[in-house]
Amino acid sequence: MARSGKSSAKDVLVMVGTRKGAWWLRSDGSRRKWSLTGPSFLGHIIYHIVLDPRDGKTLLMAARTGHLGPTMYRSTNLGRSWKEVERPPAFPKAPEGEKGRVVDHVFWLTPGHASEKNVWYAGTSPQGLFRSEDGGRNWEGVSGFNDNPNRSLWMYNDQDQTPDGGKMHSICVDPRDANHMYLSMSGGGTFESTDKGASWRPFNKGVAADFSPVPDPEFGQDPHHMALHPLRPDRLYQQNHCGIYRIDRPEERWTRIGMKMPKKIGDIGFPLVLHPRDPDTLWVFPMDGTSVWPRVSPGGKPAAYRSANGGKSWERQDKGLPTEQAWFTVKRQAMCSDHGEPLGLYFGTTSGEVWASRTEGGSWQCVARHLPHIYSVTSAAIER
Amino acid sequence: MRVHIPGPLRSYTRGAARVEVPGETVAQVLKELDGRFPGIRFRMIDEQDCVRTHMKVFVNTEQVHDLGRPLSAADEIIILCALSGG
Repeated sequence: MARSGKSSAKDVLVMVGTRKGAWWLRSDGSRRKWSLTGPSFLGHIIYHIVLDPRDGKTLLMAARTGHLGPTMYRSTNLGRSWKEVERPPAFPKAPEGEKGRVVDHVFWLTPGHASEKNVWYAGTSPQGLFRSEDGGRNWEGVSGFNDNPNRSLWMYNDQDQTPDGGKMHSICVDPRDANHMYLSMSGGGTFESTDKGASWRPFNKGVAADFSPVPDPEFGQDPHHMALHPLRPDRLYQQNHCGIYRIDRPEERWTRIGMKMPKKIGDIGFPLVLHPRDPDTLWVFPMDGTSVWPRVSPGGKPAAYRSANGGKSWERQDKGLPTEQAWFTVKRQAMCSDHGEPLGLYFGTTSGEVWASRTEGGSWQCVARHLPHIYSVTSAAIER
Repeated sequence: MRVHIPGPLRSYTRGAARVEVPGETVAQVLKELDGRFPGIRFRMIDEQDCVRTHMKVFVNTEQVHDLGRPLSAADEIIILCALSGG
């Protein structure tokens, strides 16, 4: 996301990736009225659209269709035109007689460190880590992860994953040190590298894995979304399959801050949004993780929950949202903020609606409906 | 060698439904096709040189899985998308 400074100085672009293409919402800095354009790439599954904050105009889009293989598109003019990248992420060809891995889709995109202008990282399904050093045009596997002898221990084999495939996501680069990275996997857990991906270690102490027969496992957890705060990079949060967590390095043990959520709501969900100016403030969007895991808004009454004190307490934010019979889910890439003042928040639903708040979640308005199932909602501040 | 291109891949061939590409095997034809229309091969053949699940490659009326399958001058390659789901 681009840093906009004052919200009124620039327009806000909300980029919506869906199961059937990409759509674009645009407003001036007041964020009162929105115009919807699209589709782009109609019929493509769009997993993630991410702006390069280092130049404020380059976008990468992770895409595939139901029958064609994965690819990625690149725009250098904020989406006015696109070009397919030259070499999308792909695993190496296996030696004769051995079974090789196949990228099903690129699931996650992260721009590299500010000092490495053309570096990007991509996480794939099944779980693989890829790096580009030319602005996303060509991609190479990060051998320290993809060829790590422990990889199959961390996340089992590709065929053992959930039906839609294991995901690598939440790739975080420490803004103080390009060598210091974190990533998360569903499933597999969270991992840390201090040598730019050459080696990795599990980073999951304190994180529950109540589906596992192994008590307090070193890895194998199911983080859904993990984020590092840009102003306090030693603080990380994660929304996990088994709760909401925070850690302040050099601590080694995550604390389950979701235990302070209302019991009838629980602390299960997919997305996690951090306030870019306040390391203590974050939002989650809970879903029903009981019984057979319906993964819909609990009770059919959707709400965001905000904590303004690092997870010590939570506040329900549902003003303007449906009060009954609303059974959507908000997926892990489908909730974000802008950088306005007050902060704008956005989320997209599996039922094809985009909701916006220009009051940090104080109230919500539906700004698009009838879109396909939404996978990704990201924002950018752009010149008028 | 005449290659029939399915609709979902014609964005690569600038709309052409049929293209002429030389090659003595299916693999050579696909390599040549990719040289002419960059990126098209990876959308139908994965990094392990396997035809993707929802793609089918025929030589005339014979479905082929072995990309090393030799070709004669009169052969045609038909690429199909096996649509499924909604």
